[in-house]
Amino acid sequence: MNVIETNGLGKRYGGTWALHECTLAIPDGCVAALVGPNGAGKSTLLNLAVGLSAPSAGDVTVLGGRPAGSPAALDGIAFVAQDTPLYKTLSVADMLYVTRSLNRRFDQSYAQARLDELGIPPKRRAGKLSGGQQAQLALTLALARRPRLLVLDEPVAMLDPVARHDFMATVMTAMAADGVSVLLSSHVLSELERVAGYLILLSRGRVQLAGEVDALLASHRLLTGPAAEVDRYAGRPVVHAGRAEAQAHLLVQATADDPVPPGWTARAASLEELALAYLREPGAVALHGPGRDQGTVKSEVTK
Amino acid sequence: MTTLARPEKDDISLRPLPWRRMAGVTWRQHRFALLGVVTLLGALAVYLWIVGLQLHRAYAAAVACHPAGSPACQDLVNTFNGMDAFLANGSILQALPALIGAFVGAPVLARELETGTYRYAWTQGFGRWRWALGKLVPLAIVVTAATAAFSTLLSWFYQPYFATGHQALGLSQTSPFNAGLFDLREVAFPAWTLAAVAIGALAGMLIRRVVPAIAATLVVYAGLVFATGIFLREHYLTPLLTTKLTLPGSAWILSQWWTKGGVTLSQSTMQQVMLPIIQRLMPAVPEDQIHLYKLPTILNTERYLTQHGYTYWTSYQPVSRFWPFQWIEGGWLLALSVLLVAATIWLVRRRAT
Repeated sequence: MNVIETNGLGKRYGGTWALHECTLAIPDGCVAALVGPNGAGKSTLLNLAVGLSAPSAGDVTVLGGRPAGSPAALDGIAFVAQDTPLYKTLSVADMLYVTRSLNRRFDQSYAQARLDELGIPPKRRAGKLSGGQQAQLALTLALARRPRLLVLDEPVAMLDPVARHDFMATVMTAMAADGVSVLLSSHVLSELERVAGYLILLSRGRVQLAGEVDALLASHRLLTGPAAEVDRYAGRPVVHAGRAEAQAHLLVQATADDPVPPGWTARAASLEELALAYLREPGAVALHGPGRDQGTVKSEVTK
Repeated sequence: MTTLARPEKDDISLRPLPWRRMAGVTWRQHRFALLGVVTLLGALAVYLWIVGLQLHRAYAAAVACHPAGSPACQDLVNTFNGMDAFLANGSILQALPALIGAFVGAPVLARELETGTYRYAWTQGFGRWRWALGKLVPLAIVVTAATAAFSTLLSWFYQPYFATGHQALGLSQTSPFNAGLFDLREVAFPAWTLAAVAIGALAGMLIRRVVPAIAATLVVYAGLVFATGIFLREHYLTPLLTTKLTLPGSAWILSQWWTKGGVTLSQSTMQQVMLPIIQRLMPAVPEDQIHLYKLPTILNTERYLTQHGYTYWTSYQPVSRFWPFQWIEGGWLLALSVLLVAATIWLVRRRAT
């Protein structure tokens, strides 16, 4: 099952496409990371997926074919929006009450135990909590709904490093315990390197890179060699060529089995290096996904 | 570490969550607004009750006084007439429905959209349009019920001013159709408050910010009240026509004109006709007292003219139409409120961020 499937999905604001020609299939049972610079269309894609906004083109379904925003979709997805909106004047206990009332399932004992662990007093007003506590409260409310998909929009952007760590730990614990799938967006890739099983790279409203992290890493190599010979490299497709003094670094679409030219060394790229290389070359696209040809290169960049 | 229990079997054919769940949610989110309304109405009710008792007592004393017209009785009449300064014209209470609509109705959606909490509310399992309807309807019902109770008190308060049969005593009196009072009584008052709440809800959805939505609600509501009082209300039922020269003070006189031989005469023509007659009928009195004689003189002039082929037409709404008018006004305001809420829900449903 795919937790999210989009087909030619697009969203236009006025004359500009915030998201364009987006075709994705995000598989069940993993943390899918949606990364890209600010304004790349990450929030737009998430809002479409949770049914907050309606597409201008194409369609989006969730949890194996349920139309986004439909009652069945809302029932199975918990969404924590950017800046974790809560009713600031309500107490923590009231937030629990409201969320319990608005949903079919709500694991009250889980929520209370989590808040106890976090040291969040139930009588405190939500607006009086620290930023980290507000984020944890929003996450706890979402997880207590026992969703099949948890969608988080920039969940850690406003948090300090300790709160970031705690937040991600809660997400990963829930995933391990309950098998909930997670889709989260971030403009900071390093946060996600350890947790992400699936990566979607958005740039200027288009999907540039999508696939299982392992498959993406296995199909790219970072070559290092003399800068003068960059133009003569004619092996596998080059995503990005970076020059530093006499040395050049090429990120190429190649596997460990591909031959390395004499005078060059090859190593595996990190996820961050991979993403940065693609972000620097907006024309480069690589889409690995279930139900699609592995490693299709729609266009390539060799300069 | 706390862990989650496994979700029960997933059911794709979901029945919607019961509406009653919204009651507690709505109460928790809007209790301050609702308590504010109840406190405001409660405090005003106490004040109206105290002043109203004095007013009714003064009225009863003035009516019962014997012999009418004696200086002692005139004092009682003056006491009654002097009591109305603050509330009798209703202008202060006119603000009540507007304020309730603005402070209860406008923030319901505007605050969610302004603070971003709509992204929480609209992604819960309840569903967004059901959530919006489940909030607006209980709020509307509570506000309407509270103002309906308040309205019965207002209706009682103003009774002495509408009592007929004591015109000769010179008591302050007004028509129940009086533009400032008609919509403060009986059915109209809660209906106007309901409409104000509905206007507020739609304004909040359209404007998406609390303070501008409150301001817009006040402006739109005031415009609607004004337009209704000036243009609309008199057309609820076709006015009656009469050629009588005097009508009870409770009637709502819409317009008056003269005809002769089937031809309507203009204001200026009538002035030319009437002036010599008035001068002829005017008793010889000192210049500074002439105003005391003017009204009876004009009435005599009118009688003189009607005996000489002129007809004086009056179109009016009789007081017997007060209740039909109340229900007509209540009816169209209810229909308007339903339409406004429906439009709001439609916007919630289709709003694309």
